Amino acid sequence: MSPLGAASQLLEIAAALALAPLFAGWVAQCRAWLQNRSGPGLLQPYRLLHKLFHKDSVIAAHASPLFRIAPYVVFGCMTLACGIVPTLSTDLPLSPAADAIALVGLFALARVFVSLAAMDVGTAFGTLGARREMLVGFLAEPALLMVFFSAALISDSTSLTTIVKTLSSQALVIRPSLAFAAVALVMAALAENARVPVDNPATHLELTMIHEALVLEYSGRHLALIEWASALKLFAYACIGIALFAPWGIAQAHAPGALLLALPVLAGKLAVAGFALAALETLSAKMRIFRVPEFLGMAFLLAVIAMLVAILLQGAP
Amino acid sequence: MSAAPMLTGALALAAAWIALGVAGLAAMQRLRLVAHLLFPLGGAVGFGLLAVGLAAVWQGPETLVLPIGLPGLPFHFRLDALSAFFLMVLGGAAAGVSLFSAGYFRRSEGTPPGLLCFQYHVFLAAMALVLMADDAYAFMVWWETMALASFFLVTANHRIAEIRRAGYLYLLIAHLGALAILLCFGVLQANTGDYSFANMRAQQLPPFWASVAFLLALVGFGAKAGLVPLHVWLPEAHPAAPSPVSALMSGVMLKTAVYGFLRVTFDLLPGQLWWWGVVALALGLASALLGVAFAAAQSDMKRLLAWSSVENIGLVFTGIGLAVLFAAYGMRGAMALALAAALYHIAGHAFFKSLLFVGTGAVLHATGERNLGRLGGLLRVMPWVGWTALLGALACAGLPPLAGFVSEWLLLQSFLFTPGLPNSFLNMLVPVVAALIALVAALAGYVMVKFYGVIFLGRHREEKLAEAHDAGPWERVGMLWLSAGCVLLGLLPAQMLDVLAPVTRLLGGGALAEGSGWLLVPVSVERASYGPAIFAAGVAASCVLAFFLVRRLYHGRVRRAPPWDCGYPWQSARMQDTAEGFGQPVRQIFEPLYRMRRQLPTAFDAQPRYAVEVGDHAWHALYLPVARAVEAAARTIGRLQQGRIAIYLAYSFVTVIAILAWVSA
Repeated sequence: MSPLGAASQLLEIAAALALAPLFAGWVAQCRAWLQNRSGPGLLQPYRLLHKLFHKDSVIAAHASPLFRIAPYVVFGCMTLACGIVPTLSTDLPLSPAADAIALVGLFALARVFVSLAAMDVGTAFGTLGARREMLVGFLAEPALLMVFFSAALISDSTSLTTIVKTLSSQALVIRPSLAFAAVALVMAALAENARVPVDNPATHLELTMIHEALVLEYSGRHLALIEWASALKLFAYACIGIALFAPWGIAQAHAPGALLLALPVLAGKLAVAGFALAALETLSAKMRIFRVPEFLGMAFLLAVIAMLVAILLQGAP
Repeated sequence: MSAAPMLTGALALAAAWIALGVAGLAAMQRLRLVAHLLFPLGGAVGFGLLAVGLAAVWQGPETLVLPIGLPGLPFHFRLDALSAFFLMVLGGAAAGVSLFSAGYFRRSEGTPPGLLCFQYHVFLAAMALVLMADDAYAFMVWWETMALASFFLVTANHRIAEIRRAGYLYLLIAHLGALAILLCFGVLQANTGDYSFANMRAQQLPPFWASVAFLLALVGFGAKAGLVPLHVWLPEAHPAAPSPVSALMSGVMLKTAVYGFLRVTFDLLPGQLWWWGVVALALGLASALLGVAFAAAQSDMKRLLAWSSVENIGLVFTGIGLAVLFAAYGMRGAMALALAAALYHIAGHAFFKSLLFVGTGAVLHATGERNLGRLGGLLRVMPWVGWTALLGALACAGLPPLAGFVSEWLLLQSFLFTPGLPNSFLNMLVPVVAALIALVAALAGYVMVKFYGVIFLGRHREEKLAEAHDAGPWERVGMLWLSAGCVLLGLLPAQMLDVLAPVTRLLGGGALAEGSGWLLVPVSVERASYGPAIFAAGVAASCVLAFFLVRRLYHGRVRRAPPWDCGYPWQSARMQDTAEGFGQPVRQIFEPLYRMRRQLPTAFDAQPRYAVEVGDHAWHALYLPVARAVEAAARTIGRLQQGRIAIYLAYSFVTVIAILAWVSA
């Protein structure tokens, strides 16, 4: 492990922790602008987290320890996920510990824990949210995995850093398989992050929501951790998209100057991605929960088509 | 010392199990002696077998001929890396289950404890001896002993008609399978009359007969393993048995069938054809998908786990099918990877499924309920069972950093090798298969959240659950060992792969890249790597750091209050999702897989009832027609049987006339 590698690893995690709420705020702000509202301001998520951390945590009388552990586990999973996805540099000491499949597993672990915690209190909304979250999860997870696989077929590796190195080092070519994969990734990401066509982050109408129903019993610092973790998750998904489909500007190993340059490049790309997300959310309407399997089934099929196209175009070796 | 120290040791340990069983017969009604002495000793034998297997896996094969059995037909035994690995799995899982059993078995209506102890230990010994048998005769003798012992264990509670029916179905399909295995050995010996495995290895069968042998092995061992469409006995028999026995059947006995299949396919047959791999892959995939879809629809906790076993066996067979494909095209490295995935899943499944089954046993004892709709909130009253079962459920869901994820990871990695296959048809097919595997793995997570959440989390759905007691000390030790297995197999994959390397080499696989300490590296770091220990440390470190930073910078105050639930004050435990409710989305999405009968209430019912019954297409489309045909044939033949002596004399008369006419012509 080189000292530069360790530095870029720490910088990457710190940047994710610090920028994730800002990214969520940016998306909310763009949404407000697109809807002709003035918006709460970019720093609103930080204020919210600060407020929640100050408050007492009110826990249901019969909640088990699992309920109190889960926010920390979810937060830990998302922090690690942001540390694995190469956002600033490809020289990451943590990278060999987890490849793309393990990253998908990491998201699954967080999802299972938050669902179990929602079932722990035993309220109607909690179990309903858990069921829906797992429903979205088991459909979106294979789609995400297939997106990674179609990228892995190009670079002959599931290691995220190798994928990024391969994709960023080659000349600008349009790969049809990646086009399919990009659409699939966007659809899976919308579902996984509880964004508009699947879930509405702004709603509080209990029967239509997934994520909010899931965390209904949380308050105080536990809720703050969960909210921070979901901001980190959105950040991680945005970074996955950037790493797979726009990897230029991510610092390669042994280039300290590039690392410093990578941060503003990342910020610029995230700003564009956030605006695109807000536009997508504004333009589409939320669908009924029974339509979600069709939506995600389409994402899954697109991802499989991406893989088939990748194999077809590569031809038999 | 004899020339075969490891094999002698393993055989002595199997004999020790039989001796313990016989001692149980001597102490027929003395429950305390049986429970607190014989079962823990059986557990110790299991640990011994684990150690012997671990030592023997590195060595070359040892053989031994014992003059027991019929005169002139001695038993051949052999201990090579494959047998040693399966002995390790058997020993490791049996140790935990035996320790658990020491606290589990009570005096009940059915079989007396001594007899149960006898059947239990003969079952274990028979499995060990199947794994070491080196001729068809010894193999079949112990295979049948295993089937019979487990049949009697399944029907331990034989006063219940449903259990007798499950046992009958199990026995029927087990014998159907045994028949196919016997025929398979008959083909393999190629008319030489020598049924030793050494002779079978030496035969060079033509492709046609090799294919016949392979298909017979697939049917025979598939019937025992619960491969679709021969799986119908599994969800009936596993829930019927006492929980430790269900644990052994799901965790270990299914694996002896996989052992037999591997032995025939990679060791006894001279080579592999590519379409064998496609057949095994397709059946494995069908089992995995059907198993997980049905597991999601179950509302009986043991039946749910039994269906989940069908799924896991399906994943194992998918790995084996892939290995056959690679072997047929001479891709030895990729074949080793696929085999390692299958073997890893076998070891992992032995631990986590045993753990979950004994966990349901503890729940069953504490509450008397198997129906998920009457459980809930048990984590608070049964913390030992609850927390160990959480580890088992996470491992079963294939989540990192536990055991189930490693095998899933290896399996998906080996799929990424398939674009190298020289058959373009397969190249196109395999990504679809990989996608389905990913779907199955994700659905397994859904099933496990349902299983764990409905049993252990939420509120008690029945009042009496508040008085449920936690598991006793023996049960805790057994569950701790099994959950330690789940964790260690998850955290030390590189070390485990070193153990698997001799096995894959024996079966004809190439070398796997050596993992470096904490990192699992099947090919090269550039290609893929996975370090669960670093991974777990990373998650744990950020959890702990977050915990202390939040306490330090803010506070750690907690207030207890009634649950919020959007301010609704009249909440009751009945408002939680039931098992049926939790399974509803899966039932809806995979509707064509089930044969569903719904009873929906109308708006005018005074007492509205909702009922849904989920049936298996295989049962109605395959088994019932066959059963009806057999019955109809029997009835037709039965017409001959009139019960009057004059008619029988007429039959004899007609027969004699017919024979005379035939002879004279």
